[in-house]
Formats: sequence, structure tokens, C-alpha cells
Amino acid sequence: MTLTPHAMGTAMPRPEGPEKVRGRAPYAFEHPAAEPLYLFPVQAAIPRGRVTAIDTSAADALDGVVLVLTPETAPRLSDAIDPDHGVLQSAQVHQYGQYVAAVVATTSETAREAADLVRVTYAQEPHVAALDEDSSELYGPDTLVTGAPADDTRGDPDAALAGAAVTVRATYRTPMEHHEPMEPHTTVAVWEGERLVVHEATQAVSWTRQALAGAFGLAEDDVDVVAPHVGGGFGSKGGTHPNTVLTALVARAVPGRTVKYALTRQQMFDLVGYRPATIQHVALGADADGRLTAITHDVVEQSSRIQEFVEPTAAFSRGMYEAGARRTTHRVAPLDIGVPTYMRAPGEAPGSFGAECAMDELAGALGVDPIELRVRNEPEVDPEQGLPYSSRNLVACLRRGAERFDWSRRDPTPRSRLVDGWWHGTGVAAASFPVVRFPGSEARVRAARNGALGNGAGAPRYVVEIAASDIGQGAWAALTAIAADALDVPVERIDLAIGDTAFGSASPAGGSSGTTSWGAAITEAAERFRDKYGDDPDDGDEADATTPDNPWAAEYAMHAYGAHFAEVAVHADTGEIRVPRMLGVFAAGRIVNPLTARSQFLGGMTMGLSAALHEESVLDDRFGHVVNRDFAGYHIATCADVGRMDVEWLDEDDPYVNPMGSKGIGEIGIVGAAAAIANAAHHATGVRVRSLPITLDAFL
Amino acid sequence: MADTGYLSGVHADLSLTVDGRRHELTVDTRTTVLDALREHLDITSAKKGCDHGQCGACTVLLDGRRTLSCLSLAVAHDGSEVTTADGLGADGALHPLQEAFLAHDAYQCGYCTPGQICSAVGMLEEAAAGHPSVVTSDLGADLTAGVDLDRTEIAERMSGNLCRCGAYAHIVDAVDEVAHREVAR
Repeated sequence: MTLTPHAMGTAMPRPEGPEKVRGRAPYAFEHPAAEPLYLFPVQAAIPRGRVTAIDTSAADALDGVVLVLTPETAPRLSDAIDPDHGVLQSAQVHQYGQYVAAVVATTSETAREAADLVRVTYAQEPHVAALDEDSSELYGPDTLVTGAPADDTRGDPDAALAGAAVTVRATYRTPMEHHEPMEPHTTVAVWEGERLVVHEATQAVSWTRQALAGAFGLAEDDVDVVAPHVGGGFGSKGGTHPNTVLTALVARAVPGRTVKYALTRQQMFDLVGYRPATIQHVALGADADGRLTAITHDVVEQSSRIQEFVEPTAAFSRGMYEAGARRTTHRVAPLDIGVPTYMRAPGEAPGSFGAECAMDELAGALGVDPIELRVRNEPEVDPEQGLPYSSRNLVACLRRGAERFDWSRRDPTPRSRLVDGWWHGTGVAAASFPVVRFPGSEARVRAARNGALGNGAGAPRYVVEIAASDIGQGAWAALTAIAADALDVPVERIDLAIGDTAFGSASPAGGSSGTTSWGAAITEAAERFRDKYGDDPDDGDEADATTPDNPWAAEYAMHAYGAHFAEVAVHADTGEIRVPRMLGVFAAGRIVNPLTARSQFLGGMTMGLSAALHEESVLDDRFGHVVNRDFAGYHIATCADVGRMDVEWLDEDDPYVNPMGSKGIGEIGIVGAAAAIANAAHHATGVRVRSLPITLDAFL
Repeated sequence: MADTGYLSGVHADLSLTVDGRRHELTVDTRTTVLDALREHLDITSAKKGCDHGQCGACTVLLDGRRTLSCLSLAVAHDGSEVTTADGLGADGALHPLQEAFLAHDAYQCGYCTPGQICSAVGMLEEAAAGHPSVVTSDLGADLTAGVDLDRTEIAERMSGNLCRCGAYAHIVDAVDEVAHREVAR
């Protein structure tokens, strides 16, 4: 079915907003607990080897220390778990910073002091922590983390490149980056008999429940995971990391007591995932008219030796433009470091940097306007799947952005505009992100006519429950609006409940999939409810549903598109780079909540700006650790880095994506943003920077 | 016990007035104002983002000035007045900056937000008192009537508060609205 929008499309402030601006909305660490205990871990100081001895005597002797757990004393976990979830299960060390012991104490100060007193002795083994594209350990994985094939070749791209009128060949590099949400990863765990109750900073209460049930050999029903408010995630709070298992493990040893553990900012550079570094060899071939005849995008990237994660870096190049021949490959270096994970637009974010900078270089080589070049290579059908598009409005985004950015008056000559000692330039890049629908989210609709939530004989209220997560994207507001339209009632009559496994299973806030996956489930449950009870139900009437499959999934290719425009200023003497202006124009189906959607787009663009100018986790390969392990060393964009930043979206009516007609918008804002800035920096200075972040030394 | 180099287990009695309510407490002398609020008084409006004074999530008004509560030891602030974002509004109402943050959607996950808002309150008072910033163009000018806060000044002065969701553009909108509403008043 397709919903008729009433609440959808109308700006709706976040219902949880008043609590958030006061600081009253409870995040994981803040749930009240009587006499909680505090956990502080001991972390490995070597990248690979084994622990030969742990001396806990000084820690044990400290007043207030309740317990020191080591691999010898820790409770056993199930064997059937992710390799990095096996905390304190053996003496083996597979990464710097791995948990090797943990202290629980009555105060946080004591726990930290005691952890520092634990003496660990190691037998170190040889390790590899540098990404080296000539390494003999490189291998070709079967699939990307998305499940798509790691390599994909159509036609004969090498022959096409050899015969092309114009070619561009270049290597682009993107660094290891860390998510660093403002709320640290946090677990508050208590065992009540054989039940485990966890308040968790997670994008996916159901995934956390599944991981913990697996680790402790419990039925999923015996694990409760609660997360009504989450302080950002960006992918790092999607999968379950060792910190969550460790806290539950330690809590098991002190049954009935609540154990709290929030990672320090420094620990967040060790154990909760990151975006892996990539080396991207990109070649484009075109005929004299600027029509692509070949695209090759060959990637070497890092992963962890203990658990494979293949960033889908080149997948962006499979569907963006038409080309006669195409090759995309991924080779992986297994390093003795932590396990990478999804970070906002995994694949698309780094991959679009290589691909969209290369398009800019090709435009320059051809003498064709970079917008026009993209327009000339617009596909009729999706080049990857061979399917027609449910909707694709990239060209309209480019044209609208060009109009707003005065593109027609742009002198394409690089290094041609010097104003008050600053070289100015403008750049463009395209963006896309797939419409993702995860199966399995359970939604329930229940009428409430009596009691606290109802109003007796008046119009019914509806309780809508789903174990969705709001990490800041605006699920509280968006799902309320969707439920209101699905039940054809005003939003004031919806009581949404999310962020708790008590509401069943749900897919994560990830892959820009939440509104699609959860919204489709809520719509289905509402439809069943109305079929069964009409619009005048009795108190307690309820219906539920699970996310239905999309009947159009095999018929259409479904993606959101966008165009980024950036103005860059580079100081002629110092090389300082500033971005006074950014514009993003997006075509992403129906925008469910214009107020929060604008924030999501701006947020993605801001993180793209941050990646372009600042972010780089510096890995010291001698020790396998990130050196710049806090906000003093790992810079992210601040308020003063953001100039005029604006967002616009095009009306797009897409009946195929889901009942709301919406496409995911959490990630597309970052895709291509860094490329637009790099392209603008080239236009400003004539210097082509092919490695992120773009720092002043590149211009000196 | 062996000499560990720590001065552990030393406690001090002190009082703090938080959002208008006076509290007596005994803390480890290593306890920060932030942990005193969050762990001892169960007042969790101020957030812990980095514990190193690098992110601003813990910003409160300490005796009227914006302060990083994670860098302030509680024992050094006996008798002080602390205002968190939860204590800014009069009689349970929201402070105008809080209203502006809601109207402009100047937040997403909300974790940095109480700190942003406390910081903005302190910042507006600093500007009104004539404190210059690094982007104040004319340092020779008479600033006693206050600094005119354009968007560049606001962004500069709010840059001690990180927001990973990237709400900066909307934060400047919200602060700008209140700054100029207050000037006009």
C-alpha cells in the first residue's frame, strides 16, 4: 500500500526534544541503579602474542575493589561467537588495547586506580599493522560486507582503456577514521538470576540481545536490552563490541549488582570499530565527446586478521555511470589491529572520494564542464543490476545546485581567482546511496481508550511499539508521523514506544534503513489493525506485523541521489584551507520530517567536511595503536569550520520504495562531500590532492 | 599497602548548590565536579563525552561562568553554585535558548546539547560584557557595550563544544536568534 501523507511532509519537532535540551532524556549510563559497581579494564600493551602472567595483588588489596577478573578467573562464554567477543577467554592477544583483565570497584576512581595497578607480562609475537599494497598477505575476499561479490568485471575494461580517446589514471587514498559519537559506548548490566538486563548505547537493541544471548548461551527472551536514547553512533554502535560482552561477563561474577562501564574517549580508538584505510586505483576512459568507455576501480584496504570486514569501497562505481566496460576489485590486508566496522556510508564515503575526484580530473582532461560530463554519462538503466530505476534524479540535483551556485558564471581555469590573499574555487561531486530494507522488524499497534493513555469515550489513542533505535536521526518523530498517517489519525493520538527488546525484534538504525524497515512494519501492522477493528476499536485491541518484503525489489533499482557543491578558499601564503560555502541538493523520495531531515543532510555534509579537512587516525605500526587517540589529536569539524551550509531537496514521488515513498537520508549527505571539496581545492589552486585529509602542506 | 604513587582513599566533605538546591556530600578528592553531579547526586544533565576538556559536553555554569566540569575537581569548589541545562529555565519553563534549539532543530542525538546550551548562555554574557574573541575584528574599539555577535563570532565562540551529529549550522541559527532578540530587547 502507499500512504496518503498528512503528518508526513510536515515539520515536526522531536517529541523527546524538551527532555533533551534540559539534559533529562536518559542515556545508557544514566539509568538509576542502587549502589552500582564501576568497571575499568586492563588493556593489552602489545599488538600480538599472549599473556604469560597477571599480578593482581596490588589491585586486590585496594579498598573498594570488589573483583579483578582475568582470563584465568573469568566465567566461560559460549564458543560460538565472533572472535573479538571472546573477552578474557584465553591468554591470546590479537590487538593492542584488547581487554586482558577487568576491575570492578565501588567507585569509578578506585576502579581506574586498581586497573593501573594490575601487572601484566606478555610474550610478544611478530605482527603486521601497516597497510602495504605490496604485502604478500593481501588476499581477494569472496564478498564485501554487504554480501555483494568483492570483484565484478563487465566487458574488457583494459582493452577499452587502451582504445580510449582520453584516459585518467590516478591513485586516491583515504585514511583510517573513527566514528567517535559524543556519547561513549556504554553498558550497564545486571544479572537477575538467569536473566540479563542491559542498558546499552546501541543502534540495535535486537542485535545486542542476539549477541549477548549467543555469548552466554541464553535464550533471547532471557536478555533485555534497553536504549530509549542513544548519543550518536554512525555505525560504531551497530554491531556488538567486546566492551558489552565484558561488562555482562563481569556482572555475571557479581550477580544482582549493577555494573556500569562507559569507555573512555581513548578506549574508543581501540575497540569499537573504525573505517578502514583504503588505497584506490581508479582509471576512466572516455571517447572524445566525454562518454565513458571504461571504469576501473581497484581497491586495497585494511581489515583485521581475526575477523574479516571488507569495506565495499568500489561498489559506488558499479552503479553511478554508464560505461561500456567496468571492473571493480577489492584486495584486503589482514592486520593485527582491531576489527573495522560500518561507518556512515561504508564504501560510498571513501569510494566516492576516488570516483568523483577522478570524474573531475576527466572533465579537466576533456575540457568538458564537470556537471555536463556527469549528465552525458547518465545511465538509462542501472548498470549493476540492469534494472530500470524506481526514480533517479541525479541530473535534476546537479542542475538545481548549479543554478543556486551560479555555476554558469564559473571560470573553469584553475588558480584563476585570488581575493585578499586567498585562492578561491568551486567544485562539484555526485552522491548516491541505496534504499535498504532489512527484514524482521516487529511492530505492534494497540488501542488505548481507558487508563492513563486513553481518554474514555473519546477518540482512541494508539500505542505503537517497535524495538527501533533513535541515535539522533529522528525516529521518535518520523515513526510517530508514519504511524499517524497509517492509522489516519493526528500525531497527538500516537504513543510511540521504541528502544527496548520488550517490543520484539527490530533491525538496526543503520544503512539508512530505519524509516523504510520500521515504517513498513508499522504501516503493515496499522493496516491489519484497521482491517480487523476499523477506526473505532475497543481498549486493548491490537495487531502486529513484521516488515514485509518489497514486491518491487526485483523489478527496480532503488537509490537516493544528490549533488554537492563546495566553495574552497586556500591561503596563498600559509596553505590554510577553509570551506566558506557548501550546498547539497538531494532527491530522496518523500521527506518524512522536513525539520529533522534537514539536520540529517547537514550532519552528513558536516561529517564529510570533517573527513575532507581533519580526520585521520594515525596508526603507529610498530605498536599497532592509534596515536592521536582523543579529540585533541583526532580533530573533527567544529562550529567554526562550518561556513554557509545549505540543503535543498527535490520533490520525488516514488511508489516503489516503500509505503511512505521515502528513501534513506542518514548517509547520503556524507557521500561525495569530500570529493566536492577536493575538486574545489583543485579549482582554487591547481593542486590536485588525492589523499584525505586535505591539509595545508599540500599547497606549499 | 605498597606505595602506589596514588593518593587514594582521601575524602573531603563539601557542599554544592546545584540548580538552586544545596547538597552536602563526601567525595574522593579525585572526583570531578562532573562525577560529583552524575555519580553522587544523580544529576545527569551535564554529559561526559571525553573527560579531558576536549569536547564541551560537560559544560555547566560554575558560579556564573561556563566551565568544563570534567576538568574541575569538586573539592576545589566547595560552596560553589552550579547551574546545569536543567536549571536554566525559570519556574520549570524552558530557557529561550532551549526554545530556540527546539525550533531550529539545533541538535540530533542530544548528548552534547545541554553543554551547548550552557555554553551559549555563558557565551552571550561574555559577549555582552565585552570579551573579545579571536575573530573580533577591531580590538581597539570600545567593547564595553558588548560585542556585536555575527555568525562568525557565534561559531568561533561556540567551538569549544563539539557536536559529532553536525548540528553546527542550526546551532548558530538558534544562538543567533536569541542573541539578536536579547539585543533588541
